[in-house]
Amino acid sequence: MKQIHDVLIIGAGVTGTMIARELSKYVLDVVILDKNNDAGDATSSANSAIIHSGYDPEPGTLKAKFNVLGNAKYPKLVEELDVPFIQCGSLTIAIEDEQLPVLKELAERSKINGVPVQLLNKEEVLKMEPNINPEVKGALFAPTAGIIDPFNLVVHAMENAIDNGVTFLRSQEVLDIKKENDVYKVKTNKDEFYAKIVINAAGVFSDKIAQMVEPIDWAITPRKGEYFLLDHYADGLVNHTIFPLPSKKGKGVLVSQTSSGNYIVGPSSELASPDDVSTDGETLGNIRRAATLMVPSIPFNQTIRVFAGERATCTRHDFIIEYAKSDKNFINVAGIESPGLASSPAIAEYVVETLVRPLITLKSNPKFNPCIKKYHRMHYLSEEEQQKAIAEDSDFGEIICNCEHISLGEIKEALSRSCPPVSIKGVKRRTRSGYGKCQGGFCQPKVLLLLAKHYGVSPTEIPLAEDGSYIIDHEIKEAK
Amino acid sequence: MKTVDLVVIGSGAAGMAAAVEAKKNGVDDILILEKEERLGGILNQCIHNGFGLTEFKEELTGPEYLQRFVDQVKELKIPYKLNSQVIDLSKDKVVTYSNKEDGLVKIQAKAIVMATGCYERNAGAIMLPGDRCSGVITAGTAQRYLNINGLMVGKRIVILGSGDIGLIMARRLTLEGAKVLCVSELMPYSAGLNRNIQQCLIDFNIPLYLSRTVSKVVGKNGRLEKVILSAVDDKLQIIPGTEMEFECDTLILSVGLIPYISLLNYIDCPTSSTRGAVVNQYMETMVDGIFTAGNCLHVHDVVDFVSDEARLAGRSAALYLQNKINNSENKINIKPGNGLSYVLPQFILENSLEDIVIKFRVRRPVQDQIVWIKSGETVIMKQIKPVMIPSEMVMIKIAKDKLVGIKEDIVVSLEDR
Amino acid sequence: MKELTCIVCPRGCRLKVDDNMEVTGNTCPRGKIYAINELTHPTRTITSSVRVSNRPYTLVSVKTDKPVPKDKMFEVMKEIDKISVEAPTRIGQIVLANVLGTDSNVVITKDID
Repeated sequence: MKQIHDVLIIGAGVTGTMIARELSKYVLDVVILDKNNDAGDATSSANSAIIHSGYDPEPGTLKAKFNVLGNAKYPKLVEELDVPFIQCGSLTIAIEDEQLPVLKELAERSKINGVPVQLLNKEEVLKMEPNINPEVKGALFAPTAGIIDPFNLVVHAMENAIDNGVTFLRSQEVLDIKKENDVYKVKTNKDEFYAKIVINAAGVFSDKIAQMVEPIDWAITPRKGEYFLLDHYADGLVNHTIFPLPSKKGKGVLVSQTSSGNYIVGPSSELASPDDVSTDGETLGNIRRAATLMVPSIPFNQTIRVFAGERATCTRHDFIIEYAKSDKNFINVAGIESPGLASSPAIAEYVVETLVRPLITLKSNPKFNPCIKKYHRMHYLSEEEQQKAIAEDSDFGEIICNCEHISLGEIKEALSRSCPPVSIKGVKRRTRSGYGKCQGGFCQPKVLLLLAKHYGVSPTEIPLAEDGSYIIDHEIKEAK
Repeated sequence: MKTVDLVVIGSGAAGMAAAVEAKKNGVDDILILEKEERLGGILNQCIHNGFGLTEFKEELTGPEYLQRFVDQVKELKIPYKLNSQVIDLSKDKVVTYSNKEDGLVKIQAKAIVMATGCYERNAGAIMLPGDRCSGVITAGTAQRYLNINGLMVGKRIVILGSGDIGLIMARRLTLEGAKVLCVSELMPYSAGLNRNIQQCLIDFNIPLYLSRTVSKVVGKNGRLEKVILSAVDDKLQIIPGTEMEFECDTLILSVGLIPYISLLNYIDCPTSSTRGAVVNQYMETMVDGIFTAGNCLHVHDVVDFVSDEARLAGRSAALYLQNKINNSENKINIKPGNGLSYVLPQFILENSLEDIVIKFRVRRPVQDQIVWIKSGETVIMKQIKPVMIPSEMVMIKIAKDKLVGIKEDIVVSLEDR
Repeated sequence: MKELTCIVCPRGCRLKVDDNMEVTGNTCPRGKIYAINELTHPTRTITSSVRVSNRPYTLVSVKTDKPVPKDKMFEVMKEIDKISVEAPTRIGQIVLANVLGTDSNVVITKDID
């Protein structure tokens, strides 16, 4: 019989990787599977990239609890995991007088949730955000909200977990789960795994996974959110994350700078089938209208990309973080939609300390290191630091990505780590190479050949993103 | 900090032509900075012929054309650095570049010619509807894969946009064994040259659908599976019920080029509707001593005009270094009037040292037009043009003495004959 | 009466050729020659590329130094596909002489050091 893992995690999104990292603090045999070829490839990488403050979730819910707890963990977490994060604060704005009482309600709710906020009048808002619709009547300012690089967050959490002993296996789609002799047998498209404890963090597919073990009284009804991503040549358009008043469908269309200085506008909120990340003109048009109502001067001609992400909206309208009814050794961490990114470190701690601890002996991992090795982000280094990096490794002097000025050294560094990229998108999300206005038009051929060389495969083997998304069909005139 | 009289950023046709011309006009201290490993820029991958009829009176391929300039650069011993990306530029003309050998280097330039070319509008910029799959690629990137690296991006191909690169790629991919199913053009007319319609499409029986665009991209297992083309009305809105479905593995986008001037954006250099810089008749931007030419100023149809425009920029940089250009002269704006999408230069300094070439493009194909160049009621010039199309850059030369005494804005406009 | 688009230069004149091979619509003498050639024995210059055997994933561009018969384009391409060269290459270097007896040579169009 094959090796029996202590814990098997299904899904390497922000929830799964944070749990893996939390588990790596202990001497355990942990394996984490993802059906995609990278960590954080689905919901975790296609969202608003906001670390919400926690004023919005209904008091008493798991969302409210973990959002506030998670938010507080971020300043330290981003240091340990070397993730770009700016605590810029958010403004939830009222455009009409009738909305002012709602702002007050939100302020009350914030108090209950334990979130520091401040109600601002029109003048105060316009002073903080001169480009906001001058019709604004007031706003709720939440200073603890922040913007983060969600790609680095997940990949670095994964890297840290791997460095501390976790095994990450990619392109493993779970097809069946059975309990045999007190051990879970998890069958994937490629392999079979055995584990004492299974944690279901499968995002939009978490209901399907849960159903492999027992009937469930909840379901995931995925909602798709479409976004615009704008270039970063319009500094000061907005200085905070700007939200409209929330509605039943969600937090509404936001306008925010990203941690990389771009602007993000979105999302929509549409029911969709799992894995549907298509965009359409009508929805984008609606987003545009909604956003322009808040910030009239958004330069949409600076759009460099439109994209969509799916959220694991759950019929229970709250996070599900609990044992399976029939067996404690199967833990569902499901329905982690917004504010999932903010909540994830707190969820992970809760899952390990409250749900896993009673099941298995947790002995501290003496080799656990909460920090990953810092990455060189040439663009953000001082001139002296850049010179030093190039002196140590001249690859840091060779620029591959014209738009974002990403060096060969930075790409090679990503490839040298324990959770390396395998696709063009993987490189882009880690290093920002190909993230700029030409969207890889100039650098993609260089990155593709670099990946092919690194992995010793033909360029036809290098995917754009997921498995099967090859870019090169065939080589011509092959040297015989 | 090292000081250089003239730094030329980019070594395509524009960069090399500007450097050569500056050298010929007495500038000895020049440095060309090129981000790639070869001089020549995008011409390196434009292996088709048709270049140089005006410039060299013969028909050359892109690499042959650029070699003529490389030969001049080498003959004139103009220094250049390869694999050197300019990553910063300041208003007072400090250029920062990076490469493997020198690391990060700052140079104080006395004058600069920006010749950084253009980039391709991509799926994001046109908000291509549908799935995010591989197999959707811009024409220039596909061209680089094919012509530089020998890598084919697909077998069954639809091309969106009838710009010249798209047409050239239709032929090139067909000759290399791919099946190009069609070219779809949003506008009711082609954006490419007539001769490319002939020799790239008609020669190979590739249909061109006008007033049609991609209404949906459908992927399967990560790769493009089909595209849906729909007809558009005269407001360019999709007409439901007109769908045509093409099973294909590749969609090539040839949907326009945009001047690539991030460096000028860093210093808040004013730009125009071409998305290049606002310039005067010397190809000088609103930042003193920074000149620009070629496709980073406005996208050209013919490379010979790029070279010619860049020579003006190089010559002007020489004049500037000799303190012969007086930026305190009165500025007279030149504005696009009826029928024009843009006009260059956007303003002129009074007491021009040279005759002026006005360049513009028309909004839509027109026939039998009078081009009026007026300042208030004063007619500076009137020219009759039998045919003008948006893909063609129109040039009209104005003798400098005709501008003497002109004080009001100059407007270039069309009128039916 | 035949209508053609001239491909000699970027202008792309619309040419008309009547039954007596009289050409109109051309704005230069080369257009006339093109029109008559196009109706009697159409030819095209082929530009392509060949692999550089001592440089990974590198091609060098080539062309036929004279136009070849239009109906032989794909056959000529097949011949070009068989060629590989070693760097350095020089513009004008003949890599395949008299391809398919067309009296046209396949020549290098790019210097690779």
